[in-house]
Amino acid sequence: MIAITRRLSIVAAAAVALVGGLSGIASAQTELTFWTWRQEDRAVYQMFFQAFEKANPGIKVRFEGFEPANYQTILSTALAGGRGPDVMQVRAYGNLESIAKPGYLMALDKANAPETANFPDSALAAESLRADGKVYALPFASQTMLVVYNTELFAKHGVTPPGSWDELVALCKALKAKGVTPFANGTATAWQNETIVQALLSSLLGKGFEADLLSGKADFTDPRFVGALTKLNELKDYFAPNFSGIDHASSQQLFAAGSAAMFAGGSFEVAAFQKQNPRLKLGVFASPPAKAGEPPLVAVFYDGGYAVNARTEKKEAALKLVRWLGTPEFGTMLSGTLQNVSPIKGVRAEAPAVQQVMKLNESAMSYLMLVHFRYQEPSGSVLLQAGVQKMLAGQTTPAEVGAEITKGIATYYAPFKK
Amino acid sequence: MPDVGSATRHRVWVTFLVTPPLAVMAVFVVYPILSAFSYAFFSWHGLSREAFVGLENFVDLFTKPHYAQPIMRAFGHNLIVLAALLVVQNGGGFLLAWFLYREPFGFRFHRVAVFLPVILSSVIVAFLWKLLLHPNFGAVNGALNAAGLGNLALPWLGDSRTALAALIFANAWHWIGFPTLVFLAGMQRIPREVLESAELDGASQIQVLRRIVWPLAAPSATVTFTLLFIGAFNWFELPYLMTGLEGSPFGSTDVLGLVFYRLAFGNQSASVQDFGHGSALATLLFLFMAAVATAATIRLRRREIAL
Repeated sequence: MIAITRRLSIVAAAAVALVGGLSGIASAQTELTFWTWRQEDRAVYQMFFQAFEKANPGIKVRFEGFEPANYQTILSTALAGGRGPDVMQVRAYGNLESIAKPGYLMALDKANAPETANFPDSALAAESLRADGKVYALPFASQTMLVVYNTELFAKHGVTPPGSWDELVALCKALKAKGVTPFANGTATAWQNETIVQALLSSLLGKGFEADLLSGKADFTDPRFVGALTKLNELKDYFAPNFSGIDHASSQQLFAAGSAAMFAGGSFEVAAFQKQNPRLKLGVFASPPAKAGEPPLVAVFYDGGYAVNARTEKKEAALKLVRWLGTPEFGTMLSGTLQNVSPIKGVRAEAPAVQQVMKLNESAMSYLMLVHFRYQEPSGSVLLQAGVQKMLAGQTTPAEVGAEITKGIATYYAPFKK
Repeated sequence: MPDVGSATRHRVWVTFLVTPPLAVMAVFVVYPILSAFSYAFFSWHGLSREAFVGLENFVDLFTKPHYAQPIMRAFGHNLIVLAALLVVQNGGGFLLAWFLYREPFGFRFHRVAVFLPVILSSVIVAFLWKLLLHPNFGAVNGALNAAGLGNLALPWLGDSRTALAALIFANAWHWIGFPTLVFLAGMQRIPREVLESAELDGASQIQVLRRIVWPLAAPSATVTFTLLFIGAFNWFELPYLMTGLEGSPFGSTDVLGLVFYRLAFGNQSASVQDFGHGSALATLLFLFMAAVATAATIRLRRREIAL
């Protein structure tokens, strides 16, 4: 018995020594955990963090990626249980609110993060809580709704990007006559219907319509909205064959394989297309205006931002990392590697595709439903997606879609209550 | 008469044996269910619980149109799924079981083949049927075109008239082996003499099936119906994987499982997580299923005895 006790105490002493030794090593260095839904960017982020660690000796960053569809749930559950990461990627607008409102995120301002001054107001607004107007994350990228086209197919068939809606219709007709599917788009995946609307119709809707929605002068029964949807209905014959059964992945494949000439969607698709088919030559253009010569518009939203856990014990190091993620130096790295458009002022992009998107962004409206009407139920996005899906299936009219959206949003949006 | 001491000892012994499993049940089953119920009585913002609101969440589900409309539509779809699967999956399973029971040529192979899809995961089945039903490259439309029936080739999952039926069919393909197996086991318990004497008396196949096999396989029908009912109202994976969280196209494949998920956890296009209304719906669904499953089991048991 004595022998056993003695042996146990030796083992215990050894264990204590080992643990003590290890924690001694660890305390010399602060390790931050970083959570994201961009699992596929692991290698790139590790490169970013190496640059950060070099500039900030004593801090190490550990990258942890999660499945995008469940990220919000995983993150909010972890934060609620007090086990969240030190620094994390958060989404924007309504999705930010569900994380920031319960107080899980540290508010950022000029005092604790002077880098907030590097961002335009619209970008900071995407990462602010409407209730207190405070910023809770530094935005990392904007996305643009536009038309991506296959430059080789365009050249082969002797067509050029359209300057007006009528030119777009003529272009589609010409391509279809030559056996090329004009648009790879399908409507089976609900959210694709919303991206299609803003990729193709932003110029027809116009910034004036957005302003009138916010001031309460217009709702979705407005002729600008109903008229734009009517135009979209004219275009559906130029979508992928059997478009109602074509989901997002199928339309991506159609376009990436070079079977279709155009894809109406987000700028984030460009990287996906090039990954699927590196030989693809791509260009982008904005939604065509009603008349040639009018300025075309794209629709822009901010993807998300980098935030600090309000309850982290490594506040100082975590803030250092987030501040670094708000510098032009990081923005340039981000746009150079991930081909994203960084919202940080003074970032220069080298890739021609990113430069083109940045140029189009100079004349932009908001990605309407996400930016303004995704805070409450029923979400404007869900109403728009179902309505457009139904309209393109020939089972409802543009006017009915507009009335349905207005009715849904009016349940919580005071300017629509009449 | 046993002395008091040994009775007490016996009681202590029983308590000692019963406590651990009861504790495990309480901690891992009863507590989570009750706490999920309790969520339904609060308002929520994201994951932070706010004010106690009593029955308001339950009332909202029936009175506010943006809750009530999708819920009623989804409930209707769940009923359609139940009815269709009852015929296709359980009815088909019964006939398949009868076919296998009679041990036709190659029945061992067929028995395995019928049951094989059951062991596949829903993710694989969904992927497989999405490919087969693809409007332009899918084997289903390919076969129709090859057979000269090109005008019957549809975008099955994209057409609001066929999408739910396509999902039901895929589900039946996936699970038909299960009722088949249960019915087959039930049939194999029927004494051979009974069937042989019926045949000697000159009963036709259909008479044997209706008057002897069906009544004697009644316990199997009870089991398969109860499980099908639960499965039909808990239906989630296949619609989620094949037509998405919104029940595309425009809600024509929406079922209560999807509505609950969207309410409680939000989705990419809605941003709002609402555990209050989500838990209220889950609670109602649980009570409804518990009540119907219990009633159905009691009724079907009586029928077993009566038969």
